Amino acid sequence: MTANVAVAADPLQPGAAEQAEAIHIENLHKRFGALEVLKGVSMSAKDGDVVAMIGGSGSGKSTFLRCINFLENPTSGVIRINGEDVKMVSDGHGGQVPANRRQIERIRSRLGMVFQNFNLWQHMTLIQNVIEVPVHVLGMKRDEAMAIGEQLLERVGLSAKRDVYPAYMSGGQQQRGAIARALAIQPRVMLFDEPTSALDPELVGEVLKVIADLAKEGRTMLLVTHEMKFAREVASHVMYLHNGIVEEEGPPEQLFGSPKSERLKQFIRTVS
Amino acid sequence: MADASIIPAGITGMFDLLSPVAPGWGANLLRGLVRSLQIAFGAFGMGLIIGTFGSYAKLYGGPIARDLAAIYTTLVRAIPELVMIILLYYAGTDLINRILEGMGYQRVDISGLVAGIVVLGFVQGAYATEVLRGAIKAIPQGEIEAARAYGMSPVLMMRRITLPAMLPHALPGLANLWLISTKDTALLAVVGFSELTLETRQAAGTTKAYMTFYLAAGALYLFVTLFSSVILESVEKRARRGMPSVKEAR
Repeated sequence: MTANVAVAADPLQPGAAEQAEAIHIENLHKRFGALEVLKGVSMSAKDGDVVAMIGGSGSGKSTFLRCINFLENPTSGVIRINGEDVKMVSDGHGGQVPANRRQIERIRSRLGMVFQNFNLWQHMTLIQNVIEVPVHVLGMKRDEAMAIGEQLLERVGLSAKRDVYPAYMSGGQQQRGAIARALAIQPRVMLFDEPTSALDPELVGEVLKVIADLAKEGRTMLLVTHEMKFAREVASHVMYLHNGIVEEEGPPEQLFGSPKSERLKQFIRTVS
Repeated sequence: MADASIIPAGITGMFDLLSPVAPGWGANLLRGLVRSLQIAFGAFGMGLIIGTFGSYAKLYGGPIARDLAAIYTTLVRAIPELVMIILLYYAGTDLINRILEGMGYQRVDISGLVAGIVVLGFVQGAYATEVLRGAIKAIPQGEIEAARAYGMSPVLMMRRITLPAMLPHALPGLANLWLISTKDTALLAVVGFSELTLETRQAAGTTKAYMTFYLAAGALYLFVTLFSSVILESVEKRARRGMPSVKEAR
């Protein structure tokens, strides 16, 4: 695979870790009261994989992504990040919560999450947003974080917006800034939660281009998206979720070229 | 003293009465003002600390913390401040001394300043709890979620994200509380603490120049308010630095 070559070339992902399992999830369930949103979803992503999750609204794909960094606590299932099993304990109401807050914080600080609504911190300028986590969570020196942050802003084409507050930027600029913020923590895995869904149509392209570049250089990514064409182009593996289970999965050519399940066929027809 | 009361009227007399040097009462008034400001500052600061914990308890606390905070804010906001002050001042100092005696220590004389700050701060805390709770709720929740998603600990998130992000929403309410705090110090006159109002009453009572002294006191309170407004305005401007002007959105 071409992706593997790029992995070795990426300074953030040393060749030794090549093809190691970054995320491993087994039989994940998530219940909100009486509603079971995830009914046993499993997945695994090795370094350099780009996994796209597609599915209709309410299929559970965003919830699945949010369970990976524990923005939602899964009701049951095994979650292993960076080869580390996350320990859970019962919350006394039939659910479970992480046993060790610090373990969760450590894992989260290695997962670069990009949200649908950008969620940049409004009281900080763009560069302050980018260096916030490296400096205050990861303990990086401010100068060092600044240097990395400026490189990242240049890479997403936002050097000119360095000292601008998010409220004064377009949605596309904010989302590219949010991607720079995620990259600044030198994440093992990037998590994208419908990164273009809140954008005006003419701004979608600039964000997708940044994400595609990241995929090309071999960055490990998990991408929840409605952009089928894009998923087909960048993903190495596609999962189609329906009603909380994986209805079908496989390489993009197979999934989009010759879908087996009737539902997936219908889904592809309606969205394209 | 005696010749001060001989000249109760006339414009020169008025300035003589307010003069900060010996026969005049200006120094007394200024001393009262300083005490009032000390109390107001202390009470406001204590109110902010209580308010921060109170709002966190109400928003994020377990059932017990939530209930305690609810009882506190309900009671304090239900009881007239004057009653609250008399109750806490006398009952509070008595209680502390009983506890000390019970533990075998000597009774202590609690300073009026400390007692005043604690009493008013306790009242301010209840209102601050509600102001800060509303301000935290006004933060776009995605910003809090992003902080969690990047592994911030609760304390770091409070310091770096929640408090600065809620500040622009809290400031108008907090500015009110500060101004109320400067004026509530006058209530401490009833427990004999010589802040500005009590000093004024003594000066006016001794010289019989009521108009002069109460107008002077009013002017001092007004001056405090005007000065505060200037400061608060610049603080709010700084806190809103990332936010587009409201006028632009009209």
